[in-house]
Amino acid sequence: MADPDRPPAKDTPPDAGGAPATAPAEAPAVPVVAERGAPPPPTGLLGFLVRHQAIVVPILAVVLAFAIGAILIRAQGFNPTYAYQRLFQRSFLTEGGLLATLQKTTPLILVGLAVAIPLKVGLFNIGGQGQLMAGGIGAAWIAHSLRDLPVPVLVIVSVIAGLLFGAMWASIAALLKTTRGVHEVISTIMLNSIAVGLIDWLINGGPLADTSQVFPTTHAVREDARLLPLGVLPWGLPVALILAVLVAWMLKRTTLGFELQTVGRNRFAAGYAGISTTKATIIAMATSGALAGLAGTLELLQIEPYRYQSGIAGSLGFDGITIALLARGNPLGTIPAAILVGAMRAGAPSLQFELGIRPEVVDVLLAITLLMVSLPVIAKWIFRRHTAKQTQLAGSWGA
Amino acid sequence: MTDTQAEVHEAGRSRETLLEIEGLSKAFGTVRANEDISLRVDRGEIVALLGENGAGKSTLVKQIFGLMTPDAGTITIKGDSSRIKDPKDAIRRGIGMVHQHFQLVPVMTVAENMMLGHESTRSGMLDLDGARDMVRELSARHNLSVDPDAEVEDLPVGTQQRVEILKALSREVDLLILDEPTAVLTPQETDELLGVMKDLAAGGTSIVFITHKLREVLSVADRCYVLRQGKVVGGVDDLSSTTTSDLASMMVGREVVLRVDKAEATPGETVLSIKDLHVRDDRGLPAVDGFDLEVRAGEIVGVAGVEGNGQRELVESLAGMRPPVSGSVHLGSGADAVDITRSNARDTNNAGVGHIPEDREKHGLVGGYSIADNLVLNRFDEAPFAKGFIRDFGAVREYAEGLRTEFDIRSPNVEAPAASLSGGNKQKVVVAREMSARPRLLMAAQPTRGVDVGSIEFVHRRIVEARDAGAAVLLVSAELDEVLSLADRIAVIHGGKVVAEIAGKDADRTEIGRLMAGDSDSH
Repeated sequence: MADPDRPPAKDTPPDAGGAPATAPAEAPAVPVVAERGAPPPPTGLLGFLVRHQAIVVPILAVVLAFAIGAILIRAQGFNPTYAYQRLFQRSFLTEGGLLATLQKTTPLILVGLAVAIPLKVGLFNIGGQGQLMAGGIGAAWIAHSLRDLPVPVLVIVSVIAGLLFGAMWASIAALLKTTRGVHEVISTIMLNSIAVGLIDWLINGGPLADTSQVFPTTHAVREDARLLPLGVLPWGLPVALILAVLVAWMLKRTTLGFELQTVGRNRFAAGYAGISTTKATIIAMATSGALAGLAGTLELLQIEPYRYQSGIAGSLGFDGITIALLARGNPLGTIPAAILVGAMRAGAPSLQFELGIRPEVVDVLLAITLLMVSLPVIAKWIFRRHTAKQTQLAGSWGA
Repeated sequence: MTDTQAEVHEAGRSRETLLEIEGLSKAFGTVRANEDISLRVDRGEIVALLGENGAGKSTLVKQIFGLMTPDAGTITIKGDSSRIKDPKDAIRRGIGMVHQHFQLVPVMTVAENMMLGHESTRSGMLDLDGARDMVRELSARHNLSVDPDAEVEDLPVGTQQRVEILKALSREVDLLILDEPTAVLTPQETDELLGVMKDLAAGGTSIVFITHKLREVLSVADRCYVLRQGKVVGGVDDLSSTTTSDLASMMVGREVVLRVDKAEATPGETVLSIKDLHVRDDRGLPAVDGFDLEVRAGEIVGVAGVEGNGQRELVESLAGMRPPVSGSVHLGSGADAVDITRSNARDTNNAGVGHIPEDREKHGLVGGYSIADNLVLNRFDEAPFAKGFIRDFGAVREYAEGLRTEFDIRSPNVEAPAASLSGGNKQKVVVAREMSARPRLLMAAQPTRGVDVGSIEFVHRRIVEARDAGAAVLLVSAELDEVLSLADRIAVIHGGKVVAEIAGKDADRTEIGRLMAGDSDSH
């Protein structure tokens, strides 16, 4: 039962606050909407930053990460400006680099979506990695065991298998949540480990292993069923872009999107309005799993050596978390975020080969970026400094 | 006014001025939340701050407690007019505050909560024994019994509030600020709290308390200030010659009809019949225990009872949010009757049940959604608000604009988030949504809790209009006055069942009070 004469500490629209132009300097950026009419939009630089914080915060996070990364590069005795220049020159301005960037971007958009969708339902899907692996291994299994099918059918069936395996893997977490109340963060982390162990066995002398190879791997996808890039454009990229747009549209325009977001914003009100939390949880997780599974399938079908090997997933699933948070949960935001992360990943080898800088610096950059975007405290500190005290004291656990 | 109160009042006058505020102003953008406010609190007196939602009461006390800095004006505490830097500073200077939403850690015990923020240690370990002793000592001194080892989440709301008060008192408080302390309390708990306030004042502690409830002001306060639109528009130094309607009209600036004007009910056929309903509460204990009731078209049946006697579980069960253990609920009569005993929320709604939930913030609204989306919260996927599975924003907006005008929802547009509305206007959104579907049965649970006087009148009028249009109305309220003024028939609930049914016009306050307390022999 919040009074309007008590400025709401949370759930305030970003455009409702901000320091008025004529107010004294200590006038707080307290968002207040009262019956007497909303305050004027904030002006000046602060006003600009507040209005565009959805974009400002991620950019700030990346800039800060690069600044800290610069110190690390300098500490190794290199010129950071030059290093960054080389990094992005390689990722965007060379043909091989651009292809690598776009090949990395494709699965990153998908796993980014796999984290972003559950965020809308109030779930934190840490299991993109495991879901990607489940999709990849499922597709590899089908692609090999049904290898005698006509090529287009084989590709389609393999993709469907990847989608289903990913969805299945994520649904385990969803069902544990809806039936037993197991927190999805715990179950998805565990399912990641289970996927690693299970697949290790499957491809290392297990039923899916190609024993003619030295390294643990599945059989290679039939040569004519591989999705070779068209110039620098990987097949999966347009698919991923279309899916990002579709997800954004689904959330904004469809009744399903409304159901999902209602559950995410207030599950009690959802229950009151007859919207099923169980259904929303399962749909969100299964869809996410399918998208991550597709990412794994594309890794198999469009990246050399067209086999499921251990390490194929890299840290894609975890990069998805960075991407979703960098995009602040916005499905379309995953596109630029995935391109950025993809470019950094694709350019990392050039740091080592051309300059001798340890490529792990890219991991550090991504980790710092993640840290920055996942600390909403920073945003609050910057934009709502004056209300911080109230947020702390007036924020209630019971309401 | 009682003798003790009069003494305190006189004593307060002769004693020092504890708090003096002069020319206080505070603006948020162009909104003047407080404008040139001046007031005084003497030692040992209870001062009420009365005003509608949005009048600036909370902003005022937040500045006293150091949560906000005034734009202009001075706050003088015990002669010291230096700026109050933060709540810590305010506490150091003898100000304590109990927030409307409690600041307790639910999984900790009372003693642990009490020591939170100023933990004392003994040989490197937390001195829990010391904290326990402190709780016992404080409870004994202020006659506020709490178990120091109870976990806060297990305690009833009234007791949690007691812990908050004790916590404030543990820091040598001269002035205690209570922000709408009775909003969450049962009538019994309210009476206890009012008693505690009187005792504290008699012991020399001054109290500033914010409330909407006029009766409480008259029963406990020595003086009161009335705020409207950020200004002090009136003060009453002698409350003994004041009536509730005097105060109410000062608050809203116009006469408020506290008695609801309504014609004699003309009940038609039975719309709701509840038979031998049993429902469990969250802990799995029987809450509704053999409840029988019928509600007919064109009548308002009020369920009166002390909170916690199964009202919440009853309403949730009828609304399809809490499956009952046994019993039956039917909508309609004769051959047309529909069994909604185990229908879910949506099916119940579609069967013609409108539900104004007890807790509008938790159940009734999605704060981050626009007013428009909240107005179609349980119809978003029906025509014309959706074509197939694609939502039609134009249709939603048009419909919402109509309701905004019809239900006088004070917002410049329907795109504003519901969270930005005042309590009264939030309730209007809920009422508009539930009533606009023209339900056969309207269930209203605590429909005016925490809303301003103007909105109370509005909601009451709408409920009567729904009745006159032929709806059956089931009103559940902890405010006996509300039940008495609205209901055509009153069902008194105690221990999860109806202990008496009384015609509204024959209802007698004391008689109902006795029945609510479980004294059923008297009827």
